[in-house]
Amino acid sequence: MKNLILESQPDIYFDSELQQDLQTEEMLVNMGPQHPATHGVLRVVLRTDGEYVLEAVPHIGYLHRCAEKIGENLQPYQYVPKTDRMDYLAAMNNNQIFSIAVEKLAGLQVPERARQIRVIMAELNRLASHLVAFGTYGLDMGAFTPFLYAFREREMILDLFEMVCGARLTYSYITPGGVMVDLPEGFVERCYEFLDYFMPKIAEYNDLLSYNHIFIKRTANVGVISAADAIAWGLTGPVLRGSGVQWDLRKNLPYEGYEQYEFEVPVGMSAGGKMAVPAGWPDTVVPESVVVGDSWNRYAMRVVEMYWSALIVRQALDRLAPGDIIGKVPKNMKLPAAEVYFEGEGARGQLGFLVVGDGFAIPARVKARGPSFCNLSILDHVCRNCLLADVPAIVGSIDVVMGEVDR
Amino acid sequence: MSPEAICNLLKKRFGEAIVATAADTPHPCAVVRAVDWLVVARFLRDDPQLRFNMLRCITALDLVADNKLAAVYDLVAMHDKWAAGNREQGRASEQTGSVADDGGGLDYACLHIFAVRIEVERANPHIPSVAAVWPAADWHEREAYDLMGIRFDQHPDEVSDHDGTHPRRILCPDDWEGYPLRKDYLYPLEYHGIPGTTEYELTSPKH
Repeated sequence: MKNLILESQPDIYFDSELQQDLQTEEMLVNMGPQHPATHGVLRVVLRTDGEYVLEAVPHIGYLHRCAEKIGENLQPYQYVPKTDRMDYLAAMNNNQIFSIAVEKLAGLQVPERARQIRVIMAELNRLASHLVAFGTYGLDMGAFTPFLYAFREREMILDLFEMVCGARLTYSYITPGGVMVDLPEGFVERCYEFLDYFMPKIAEYNDLLSYNHIFIKRTANVGVISAADAIAWGLTGPVLRGSGVQWDLRKNLPYEGYEQYEFEVPVGMSAGGKMAVPAGWPDTVVPESVVVGDSWNRYAMRVVEMYWSALIVRQALDRLAPGDIIGKVPKNMKLPAAEVYFEGEGARGQLGFLVVGDGFAIPARVKARGPSFCNLSILDHVCRNCLLADVPAIVGSIDVVMGEVDR
Repeated sequence: MSPEAICNLLKKRFGEAIVATAADTPHPCAVVRAVDWLVVARFLRDDPQLRFNMLRCITALDLVADNKLAAVYDLVAMHDKWAAGNREQGRASEQTGSVADDGGGLDYACLHIFAVRIEVERANPHIPSVAAVWPAADWHEREAYDLMGIRFDQHPDEVSDHDGTHPRRILCPDDWEGYPLRKDYLYPLEYHGIPGTTEYELTSPKH
């Protein structure tokens, strides 16, 4: 019945007289806020007809911690720890992007070494974040083993971070003007060691999960987002690229010296396509029945991006220059009366900060544009007319972090 | 197009609907009159020269000095270099050097970036909703209403109260009172039996 009705023409199910007889009573299903498949305190109210979802309304705000109001009461360097707690799986990226926004506003210069260290940290954190996305998506789809593999490698990245700044989740390491402390002795060697160990593992993840028959069945052609929809809804990051839009701020509007690094931006493909991987690593061929913009593509973006992030870390380590790690930052820095909006490529998409100064040390307004917030807003549009069991597959592939949605 | 060219184009096309422009600031923007915003928004999206297809962010601001509220719309024009379907051909011609590469080797390039600012009276903060132009505006407008109390008219997800209609709240509970990001917001001392804080002098600790 499913093939006949839904896969060919989704609308016919709701229109034709024949199907009217098959329709059952509508039911509201409350998914969350503590449902394990919703990755935190996301609550989705599903209006269902049997196994089909007619409407999916996300209710957010369970983790609202007034981050923007707090930003109006703290100096920028004091606000950095608050950015950690937005996207807590990619805290370095948040620190970095907020710091750049403040630097643009206050006109601070960042030394070359600090910029390179920031790139290393941001890309390592992107790896750690994508590993969590990969592992937990496997969990959502009923595969437990990939989760353990992903966390084994993530643990090593967290050890590296612990070595640098003492923290394992909320780093506050990157600060306006540079970074807090220099790399410790032995960090560079350990980081190289980690990369040598890590790069071959990515092919292992593909064998383990990406090409798993059950996994493909659960994710291929599920929750398809067209490129036009993705752009109109303001989706960014792997979700946008999974829809076939090759757009990455590190390339399109480079910041932090990203234009000096060689890397490619993988993009969603349909069955048979070959995703862009660095030379010398096994091809990632898109399996049967996958279409551009489906859950499998969004998932695969993260796996393939790991290659390129690891490559950027290696390049940054190679050219690490000696020098200062923090530029001149006045003790009681007055922010000029101006506003700056800066967006950078975080792990989940484009994280933006709008900082308004008014001549005092404390900004008049700090607005955070969380990528998860925008990515989640398309959920209702995608989930309509899909099967109830596909909802976790779609939510998981969007990879939201509620700390960032609710701020 | 440069921000200056965009400002001039808008001024030429819409005249007095464009209240002011600021092209050479770190955040180039045009100030648009609230009543004309929907028309200007459609123009920004559909004009073949501009093509602002993505709304990145809506920021609500409280301009206490002017007794106004403002909404800042950050836009970006993402331009598909090979207009779908022509991708393979395009890549081939790029290798031979016949196409100018302006996107770091990617299929999409950034055409231009711009922002629009709309200022409304604090007593009567009404701005037309642009959720029909950019669906991304839906949640951003709900957030701007929730935290700053700007009423977006004709929002797809609206509820009514004694003052008319407004977008549904998104982060705070539906029965929350006041708009937390306004500078004159008074912290509630009680919410459904949960006591609020009274320990601090709750004004802005600035100056």
